[in-house]
Parts: sequence; C-alpha cells; structure tokens
Amino acid sequence: MFISNLEIMTGKKVIKHLGLVQGSSVRAKHAGKDIMAGIKNMFGGELKAYTELLHESREEATSRMIEQAESIGANAVLNVRYSTSSITAGAAEIYVYGTAVILDNLGD
Amino acid sequence: MIMEQLLITIVLVALGYFFGRRAENKHIKSIIEREAVMNQLPAMAGRFPPQNGKYHQQLVSGSVVIANDYFKTFVAGLRNLFGGKITAYETLLDRARREAVLRMKQEAQSLGAELIFNVKYETSNISGQYNKRMPVIEVHAYGTALMEYSTK
Repeated sequence: MFISNLEIMTGKKVIKHLGLVQGSSVRAKHAGKDIMAGIKNMFGGELKAYTELLHESREEATSRMIEQAESIGANAVLNVRYSTSSITAGAAEIYVYGTAVILDNLGD
Repeated sequence: MIMEQLLITIVLVALGYFFGRRAENKHIKSIIEREAVMNQLPAMAGRFPPQNGKYHQQLVSGSVVIANDYFKTFVAGLRNLFGGKITAYETLLDRARREAVLRMKQEAQSLGAELIFNVKYETSNISGQYNKRMPVIEVHAYGTALMEYSTK
C-alpha cells in the first residue's frame, strides 16, 4: 500500500479512482500521565508521553484507513490529510482521509 | 491564606522563569544546530514533484507536544488585559514547528530521501482536564519524501 499526500504518484498512472477512504482514532489521556504533565507544565518543555500517545493514535487511524482502502481493492492512497481535534478536555481525535486509487505497474 | 497563595504563585512563576528559560535556550540552540545539518534535505510546499520517473515516494511525518511554563502563562495572562503581541507564545509555537519539521526530516533521511514535497502543518491545543489554563500544544508536520530508485 502506497500512501502519499501528493495528488500524483511519480512515474505511475492512476487507472481508477475509488473515492474517499478514512480512518479515525479517539484516545483519552491517562489521568496519571495528565497529572505528571501538569507538573511538567510548570517548567515548560516537551511532554514526551503525549507525543508518543498521539503518534500511536495517528498510526492506528492510518492503519484503519489502509484497511478500508484494501477492502475496496485499492493499491494506493493519495492526497492524504490529517486533522486533530480535542473533543473534550483530556481526549483527542485524530482523523485521516485520502483518495483511494488503483495505480498501474506497481511491480517495478 | 491569601498570603500563602500569593507566595505559591510567586514561587511557581520564579521556577517557571528560571527552568523554562534555561530549557528554551537549550532547545533553540539544539534546533539551530540540527537545522544547519538538515538543510541539505530541502522540504517544500510544492505540490508537483519532478515527473522524470527517478523517484518513488512515501509519507513521512514528525510531531511534538510542547507545554508552556508557568511564567509564560502568567505573562500572557497579564498581556491579555492590554492586548498586543504575546512574545512568550510566539517563541513557543516557533520552537514546536521547527522541532516537528526536524523530526519529519530525520524520518525522511533515514529512508534515504532527497526531497520532501507538500509539507503541511497542523496545530492543535490538547490541554487536559487538570491544566485547562495551561496550554499544551501539538504540532504535526507531514509531507511526501522522494527517494531515488537506485538508493533503495
């Protein structure tokens, strides 16, 4: 599965457009981590626990999108966009969407 | 009681000032150093990559969650009364964006990329329920890395 946020795949031709595919993931932050982050907040700096959490969440959303694309027979997803929204305090939603396509001569 | 609260606030502001400032200066220094190294891998906002069949492409991304320190939040709170530019937040967001791009470039470099196209930024506020007043900001940068076929 090829994923790209460009509208084209260099050197490949799009045979068929299969429409939009998407994946999302909502993760709540661990209360303990949240308190620790609150302490860290006094001094500023990076909150590594959150960076990792959102990274995992983003990977899960992406894998859901790939699953959906595979189920409709696509071999690439182009023009991928991410969006993040905080739904309530303590939970973030990661949403990823793109256009599923079939590309020719992916073999080489 | 009021005196105690005032004292706690003053201590927190002072701690935020000293530690926050030290951490920020260190971070800026490290960003400048890494940027000098990473400049050989250009990231651009262009949407149309060279179509000569030389490259294959892959999505790369980098993200960072960064928190404000108590001092900056305090200063920003004061600034809110009068309006005007809040330098404390400007430097915070600037650092976060540059760090995110550096991480994206690092991922691209480990893949052997030569160019990164269509770079997008995404910024969101993810403050938790225990620290609503204190901004926690996530910056996510992503783009398409182009790798030459022969390097694969």
